[in-house]
Amino acid sequence: MSKVAMTVNGKSVSGDAKGNTLLVEFLREDLRLTGTHVGCDTSQCGACVVHVNGKAVKACTMFAAEADGAEVTTIEGMANADGSLNVIQQAFQDHHGLQCGFCTPGMVMSAAALLKENPKPTEAEVRDYLEGNICRCTGYHNIVKAIMAASGQDVGAIAAE
Amino acid sequence: MYAFDFERPTTLADAVAALSKDEAQALGGGQTLIPTLKQRLASPSALVSLTGIADMKGICTSDDGALCIGGGTTHATVAREAADSFPALSDLAGNIGDPAVRNRGTIGGSLANNDPAACYPSAALATAATLVTNSRSIGADDYFQGMFTTALEEGEIVTEVRFPIPEKAAYMKFEQPASRFAMVGVFMAKYTDGVRVAVTGASEEGVFRWTEAETALSANFSGDSLSGVSLSGEGMITDLHGSGDYRAHLVGVMTRRAVAAAR
Repeated sequence: MSKVAMTVNGKSVSGDAKGNTLLVEFLREDLRLTGTHVGCDTSQCGACVVHVNGKAVKACTMFAAEADGAEVTTIEGMANADGSLNVIQQAFQDHHGLQCGFCTPGMVMSAAALLKENPKPTEAEVRDYLEGNICRCTGYHNIVKAIMAASGQDVGAIAAE
Repeated sequence: MYAFDFERPTTLADAVAALSKDEAQALGGGQTLIPTLKQRLASPSALVSLTGIADMKGICTSDDGALCIGGGTTHATVAREAADSFPALSDLAGNIGDPAVRNRGTIGGSLANNDPAACYPSAALATAATLVTNSRSIGADDYFQGMFTTALEEGEIVTEVRFPIPEKAAYMKFEQPASRFAMVGVFMAKYTDGVRVAVTGASEEGVFRWTEAETALSANFSGDSLSGVSLSGEGMITDLHGSGDYRAHLVGVMTRRAVAAAR
């Protein structure tokens, strides 16, 4: 066991982690931030995407000790200060970008990383960026639509209805 | 995962010292090693993370025109920062895995692992890159020694990779859509004194140079010059995704596409 300390959603946190404690385990089991999901646990599905020092990473494929000293943002840190949904979350609701919702935390975190790097992505760029996020419900069209809408672009022409 | 100790040194010297312990293993970005540990296919006594070593990160151009990339540099950083100086390498880095994987995975980790379907080995071999470690420099022709096998000694760390920048180059990957590894990937690099072609994903021996194509393209740099050149399916990987003959054919197709796309 060793001590790890990091800033999660703006708050300083610390705890004990074994060498093989994954970041996602630390977030979910120690900090009880269960919004970050574990889908595949093999780096394929992206349900566990969080931001570490501003970069989207798969929290199932990083050790907690590697995030020592880092700034981490999870889905719990995405809502507006007054508790209302942020623009990406609201767009997912407005455009029916989720069904069962299991992949949604990862989708929102990836979308936020994309829009930070590329505020007005094309539809193709959105689809390309979501390569590591798997959704088994929606068929992706409405997720893409939600992200385009969150970037302030017209979504009338996107994909199939 | 089996239990192990975890260390995150901030200097190369401390990392080398930590790796001298029995069964200690270096950890780059962990995008291959962590899944391997989860499957209990490795049981190191200690993991020595290299991500805290600032000196091993970053990209610069040397006086002799080589692009020098620190071993701890992520794929995302290479994709972004090599875009102007070496666009083919930037393309390669920008299409490894997915965006979240590219934010963690490192060039040094990929080259040390030498997965037979990884992208970076083809770029290093096609450019005759130099791999710099904590103790020496190794030319790419000597470095790659077969599937998951390299010239690295136990505990040796790839600290930097120096790529001579070609006149023109391209990387063409035929992607296995589930894993996003290369079914076949071809890196073609054209220099004033000739063309080099390196192939990943295809051979049971890992990355290799396709010398017949190099000869043909060095004589005449056009896709047509490859019309009489073909590769045997012998020794190529056969699995549920494709036969050896299929992969051998793909090598030709990807090489022609690389010539057409070279810039």
